[in-house]
Amino acid sequence: MRLTCEEKAMLAGEMGPAAGEALARQMEVGRFFRAEDFVPVRTVHVMADIEALADPGLRFLEETAAAGARFRVPVTTNPRSVDFALWRDVGQDEDTVTRERRIVDALTAMGALPCNTCINYQTVDPPRFGEHLGWGDTGTVIFANSVAGARSNFEAGPAAVWAGLTGRVPRYGFHLPEKRRGTVRVLVENQPTSNSDWGALGCVVGRQVDDYWRVPVFEGIDGKPSTDDLKHLGAALASFGSLAMFHMVGVTPEARTAEEAYGGREPDETIVVSPGMLRAAYDSFQPEKEAVDLVVCGTPQLSLFELQSIVELLRGRRVHSNSKLYLTTNYQIKALADRMGYTEIVETAGGRILSGVCFYIMNARVLRERFQYRTLVTNSAKLANIISGYGYNPVFRPVETCVDAAVTGRVR
Amino acid sequence: MTETTVLRGHPGVGPNAEGVALVCDEGFSARYDYDRYTGVISRETHPLFGQSIAGKIVVFRTSKGGVATSWMMLDMVARGTCPAGFIFGRTNPVMVQGAVLADVALMHELEPDPLAAIRTGDSVRMRPAAGVVEVVRKLSNG
Repeated sequence: MRLTCEEKAMLAGEMGPAAGEALARQMEVGRFFRAEDFVPVRTVHVMADIEALADPGLRFLEETAAAGARFRVPVTTNPRSVDFALWRDVGQDEDTVTRERRIVDALTAMGALPCNTCINYQTVDPPRFGEHLGWGDTGTVIFANSVAGARSNFEAGPAAVWAGLTGRVPRYGFHLPEKRRGTVRVLVENQPTSNSDWGALGCVVGRQVDDYWRVPVFEGIDGKPSTDDLKHLGAALASFGSLAMFHMVGVTPEARTAEEAYGGREPDETIVVSPGMLRAAYDSFQPEKEAVDLVVCGTPQLSLFELQSIVELLRGRRVHSNSKLYLTTNYQIKALADRMGYTEIVETAGGRILSGVCFYIMNARVLRERFQYRTLVTNSAKLANIISGYGYNPVFRPVETCVDAAVTGRVR
Repeated sequence: MTETTVLRGHPGVGPNAEGVALVCDEGFSARYDYDRYTGVISRETHPLFGQSIAGKIVVFRTSKGGVATSWMMLDMVARGTCPAGFIFGRTNPVMVQGAVLADVALMHELEPDPLAAIRTGDSVRMRPAAGVVEVVRKLSNG
């Protein structure tokens, strides 16, 4: 790879051993993907929770911090595996909390902003058209690339730490205009009408297009999807298909026309989302039994608008004694929920608003074994997809069905 | 009697590695599919459900899901539940970043197509720096 004078000095350790080591590791990744050089990034978003890191990852972070390493650009953080205020209520281990706190301490010592959110793009750090980012949660990356027109690859946990330490990333993939062109035409004939419908659309397409390097282009969308709609679409595409970018003609900034979206080329495949297919996506997640163990909304973390709609459905009702209701969001939205009385409504109903977390990161396998959880109802296609790997029976349904399931303790 | 096939491509990452092949025409994610405490594929709908991938040279069509596998590879190595090497048809950056951190062999975009050229049970030697994979298959007599 071609290095600037600054990068050569960094590699030689003149900006500290951690930055030099980080650049060397980034060069290994860059060579693998045939990157010719590095590109500076404005911010970095790092996914680093104890469930994924375990002790070896924790040791890596603590040793890096203890050696005096400091981030060179602003670094935000993804959700944690515990809500530091409500972990006892959820039934998590003190040991997990202690180790999670050590991760936060190590990242903070290096200069990170521990906002613990996967909706940084809706709250702390809205991405801007054309800028380069080093972001690490897939939902944040696909949103930044597609909805904002910013540029990022998946910079997974360690790679995001390296990017923070060097302030740059290898230039390949979605940093290059030619890799951002649409390659798959998606003709939508089954219009989504709710947040979860958009997740269902992402599920349908992500199951068929499951290659990071392919870019679907949605055509035939009626109306204007909301930010939350696009968030659920992106999260599901990234989860089911490991995709990092999509276009939507007339909606996303690099797809003002179909010609622009495809970059003047023909798509190599056309997929039709015909009537009934969104319903079929829901139906592909069937309950084994009617009794509901828990209902979880908030993958990605809930926006204020999403929280409002759940609170309106829940107001004056009670969560069934055999079920649990968890709503996950970030600290900012939780603070607003407290002010607006939403938290009180949810808690009076017997549910909980958890902040700084996402359910699948919360040692879900341990919780399942501890509380014999099995049937989990959610309005998140992404959560439904992930959680079966932890031994749950996921049931993906619209939010109204989710709240009814929490209240009646039953789902079909 | 054995038969040797050589696959070539752009250099991969990680050290040389050897092991018995486990081939799957699916994606892989340590978070979505895998119990790293036991080394066994834990997603009930996965074609390899219940099988251990520890110490194997695994061949997957693609990588799947989110970014967690990058950190998890380090833990898998520490626990002894990591495959000896990863060969993908085509991978996303997450697996490569994890393999660099954990120093695990990983290659992709090889010719001929590893999904067709490698069968479960073959002996596989990966030489990532050279961009070479050698596949040795025992031929049954007659």
